[in-house]
Amino acid sequence: MTTLTPWDKVQLARHPHRPHTLDYVKALFEDFTEFHGDRRFGDDAAMIGGVARFADQTIMVVGHQKGRDARENVRRNFGMPRPEGYRKALRLFQHAERFGMPVLCFIDTPGADPGIQSEERGQGNAIAENILVMAGLRVPIIATVIGEGGSGGALAIGVCDRLMMLEHSVYSVASPEGTAAILWRDSAKAPDAAKAMRITAQDLYVMQVADTIVSEPEGGAHTAPEPVIAAVGAALQVHLAGLCRLDPETLLEQRYHKYRAIGQYQEGIQRSVFGSDGAAELIRFG
Amino acid sequence: MKEFFRRTPKHFTPGARSNGQQVPDNMWVKCQSCGELTYVKQLNDNLKVCKCGYHMRLSAREWLGLLDADSFEEQDTGLAPVDPLTFISAKDNYAQKVIENQERTGLNDALVTGRGAIDGNPLQIAVSEFAFIGGSMGSVYGEKLARAVEQATQHSIPLMTITATGGARQHEGVLSLMQMAKVNIALTRLAAAGLPHIALLVDPCYAGVMASYASVADIIIAEPGARVGFAGQRVIEQTIRQKLPPNFQTAEFMLEHGMIDMVMARSDLRTTIARLLRLYAATPLHKHAGSQTIRLNGAERAYAK
Repeated sequence: MTTLTPWDKVQLARHPHRPHTLDYVKALFEDFTEFHGDRRFGDDAAMIGGVARFADQTIMVVGHQKGRDARENVRRNFGMPRPEGYRKALRLFQHAERFGMPVLCFIDTPGADPGIQSEERGQGNAIAENILVMAGLRVPIIATVIGEGGSGGALAIGVCDRLMMLEHSVYSVASPEGTAAILWRDSAKAPDAAKAMRITAQDLYVMQVADTIVSEPEGGAHTAPEPVIAAVGAALQVHLAGLCRLDPETLLEQRYHKYRAIGQYQEGIQRSVFGSDGAAELIRFG
Repeated sequence: MKEFFRRTPKHFTPGARSNGQQVPDNMWVKCQSCGELTYVKQLNDNLKVCKCGYHMRLSAREWLGLLDADSFEEQDTGLAPVDPLTFISAKDNYAQKVIENQERTGLNDALVTGRGAIDGNPLQIAVSEFAFIGGSMGSVYGEKLARAVEQATQHSIPLMTITATGGARQHEGVLSLMQMAKVNIALTRLAAAGLPHIALLVDPCYAGVMASYASVADIIIAEPGARVGFAGQRVIEQTIRQKLPPNFQTAEFMLEHGMIDMVMARSDLRTTIARLLRLYAATPLHKHAGSQTIRLNGAERAYAK
């Protein structure tokens, strides 16, 4: 075993030749039919989705899509969806629920698009609505982090019953550059942030956020894409078979407890908002 | 907290941080916006709104003044953060930072929750404390908020959140991110019970919190001039490499773009919230008062099934 640093893993997770969502779709699914548009504003090429056949049933697939070259990356906005991308995903989640299709999500984004127009159209709200709807969606959801999972932009298609991660994928509250900029106002400190943030699949497995890790060759998934994609397919099939046996109420109950249990804190250290001086009034609204 | 009661000369300096602790009555405070000096007493009587209209930041404790006197019962005062990632870097030591913030604010973490009433209408309330690591949401914040939402659901009372925050707390990594899912999954049950969530967005309100509970409330109110958005302005400027328009990401900007219901001056908040609470307690198909079904008799039976 070589010892890859978290920053090495970030480089592998972002490797331009790494299999992207559509590579998984082409290899694993039959009859994929891509759908477009959020029916509100536009279509976003950074987010793809549609119906397909997998393991003898119809599924809905939704995922971030990065480009392989500069031209395609501009079209795909480097896999950073705008609000219309998230709202397309939202429409497809609700569509899947209506027709009883399990949802398979592929996460691969540095984060949601941070631009003026995205703010004007409610980027925060678009992500929040997705999290809310996925939390209560009455069909199974399996999410797989295939590359990088950056912040709310990833979680917006990442609330699920089972979270799978590729061995060298990463997932955190922000990209390492983002964390370095937020905490130290210096995005060049990204390697330090990558280390401090515990962003690797192995870290998330220990924190009980990730349920399954899919192995990759030492050099990364791009050195041997076929076996990696096949292994993802096999793992998806196992989880899907298990989840499809659950009735919607049980599924939602289990999803509730899965997320309700995430977090680490201690209890028993008392500190009241009133401090030690009692309830002296500071300001009284009329 | 004790240091805020000491009458040391530095507290008489204009522009001292108005972080909500008790201060001598004869202290002057300088407005960040217009530069005017106002007596603390006079400013507090005006809910810390300057004559120029600038809404100064309130502490979580000060916000509790929105509730009926003595109605607030604080909950989950024993929840405190741990350092799940053992987050240490050259410039940052999370465990140390938590202790400093606890000593300075007197709080365990950045969220205060409890039950109270406004004009006699009971409600569950959750208020963030911006002075505690930028009001950031980590495990304690997420857990307290989820419990607060569950309390509201269980007792059939509305939820009000008052939020000033920089977003999810970086120092708890992916666990902070997952708190966004945790609080929203709790909110699905509040919604299923037919109970409203009223969100008040206070300057500044950003990122992971806007991308979870704050922007999907049933009613969203923001304070005048509050900066509200998803991506921070520094990030946007670096990405697009141009200066941002002056009103970008203000409460007024959000109202104009259809993202919030109203911009409300602090002086009108209490009457507005009280009115809303009354309205939502009297909806005709109100079904959360104990029974899951609408009572049917007479003509109403015609509408059954």
